[in-house]
Amino acid sequence: MEMRLRNYPQFKIHLKCKRFPSSKFFPKVPFLNRKKVTYCRELSIRSEFANWGMQMLTKRIIPCLDVLNARVVKGIRFKQLRDAGDPAELARWYDEQGADEVVFLDIGASPEGREAMFGVVERTARQLFIPLTVGGGIRSLEHIGRMLHSGADKTAINTAAVENPELVRAAAKRYGSQCIVIAIDAKLVGGGKWEVYTYGGRKPTGVDAVEWARRVESFGAGEILLTSMDADGTRAGYDLELTQKIASAVSIPIIASGGAGSPQHIYDVLTATEADAALAAGIFHFGVYSVGDVKRYLHGRGVPVRL
Amino acid sequence: MVRIAIVDYGVGNLHSIRRGLEIAGAQTKITHEPAEIAAADAIVLPGVGAFKSAMQELGANLDIIRQVVSAGRPLLGICLGMQLLLTWSEEGGHAEGLGLIPGKVVKLPRIQKVPHMGWNSLKIEREHPFLAGIQSGTHVYFVHSYFVRPEDEVAVLATTTYGIEFPSVVVRGPVIGTQFHPEKSSGAGLQMLRNFVGIAGSKKVVR
Repeated sequence: MEMRLRNYPQFKIHLKCKRFPSSKFFPKVPFLNRKKVTYCRELSIRSEFANWGMQMLTKRIIPCLDVLNARVVKGIRFKQLRDAGDPAELARWYDEQGADEVVFLDIGASPEGREAMFGVVERTARQLFIPLTVGGGIRSLEHIGRMLHSGADKTAINTAAVENPELVRAAAKRYGSQCIVIAIDAKLVGGGKWEVYTYGGRKPTGVDAVEWARRVESFGAGEILLTSMDADGTRAGYDLELTQKIASAVSIPIIASGGAGSPQHIYDVLTATEADAALAAGIFHFGVYSVGDVKRYLHGRGVPVRL
Repeated sequence: MVRIAIVDYGVGNLHSIRRGLEIAGAQTKITHEPAEIAAADAIVLPGVGAFKSAMQELGANLDIIRQVVSAGRPLLGICLGMQLLLTWSEEGGHAEGLGLIPGKVVKLPRIQKVPHMGWNSLKIEREHPFLAGIQSGTHVYFVHSYFVRPEDEVAVLATTTYGIEFPSVVVRGPVIGTQFHPEKSSGAGLQMLRNFVGIAGSKKVVR
């Protein structure tokens, strides 16, 4: 299906559904919203980039490190812990391995741990040459500012955003939306609905995940880091339905998280949903697959990645 | 040893730029002191945030930067730092820039999601020591909502496509600008920082 955009008549746009490539009938595609197509949703344009000879953004592969008292650990289903090294060293190693970004998640709750994190971030920033996102217990504008000043490129906020949405607005205004990632932990409640959880997945909020995603976008969030609590730690694949529901509801980038057990899972989430990036922890930390393995797998199947 | 001043005008964190330049063999100083900037062999103008406020923050250093450049010393503008090099920007209506590269800064059309954030590739248009060792197709990290339109096409060293084709590396005499962040572009970015240190070093010898 070919169309032209009202505001940019010089561009011819070929629309194709990524999920059902041979389909000519847009109205029948369940998640492709016609209104969004008119205003140029990324999905429609990306699927036809070859026709335009267009270069485009690659899908990002992002290792995540859980950090406790300046050491890397790995939680499974947010519970058991296993030690795995120095955050700065590990981040630098991931950069060498080809990771597009790195996320540090401070899973400790103590003030000492929080304070130690600034030092970790500063040390890391001095040896890391890819974007660094830091999250975990970030509660205030000052905390965000200090984290950015220490060397984080982006800060991820979860609980604080739910309890005080104005913080998102203020942070986006002060530091720029591109520095503000809203982390959303969501659990299926049934009937195609997911509930937002806070406090590291411990407290149900009664808030609908899709609604919340829309709200944070309107407040100025630059990106959403979406974790499926049901899939997290299972190594059985990402929650594709949840990811697509959120990705299709907003226009800001979505980083999918929770459930990666193989390169195939990452391929699935990056092709069957509109997620812009895939975050994974366990499969990289335990050396089962390297970032390179994943990227070669994706590249071999036509997914645009930075090699 | 080449001494590079990284202009600190309260925007963004400079740890990675500093470290990248140091690894490339330069002696760096993060400063907003006009005297220190004037004394450096080369300047790096980083930048994150809004055009107008950045120009205001630069204050007295605006003239120092112009002086350093007219003396032939290299200047590398990164992201907003690159945009500040142009004559003016339509950000916030109209904002005057440094005018070191004739042209203007305009908003990215909403053909694709704005801001342009993530890894995109470079298409090398002309050869230049700054791009030594870099091939077309190399991915670098972008995060911006505006792009530059230099008046002179010759100024464009590399372009990137995101809905439209825009200049990702520009040059005019000793002034170089990158729309992307070399300090966030892993190995390729470090190579370019290394090249910049090399350029600064060769200019120093000539002086």
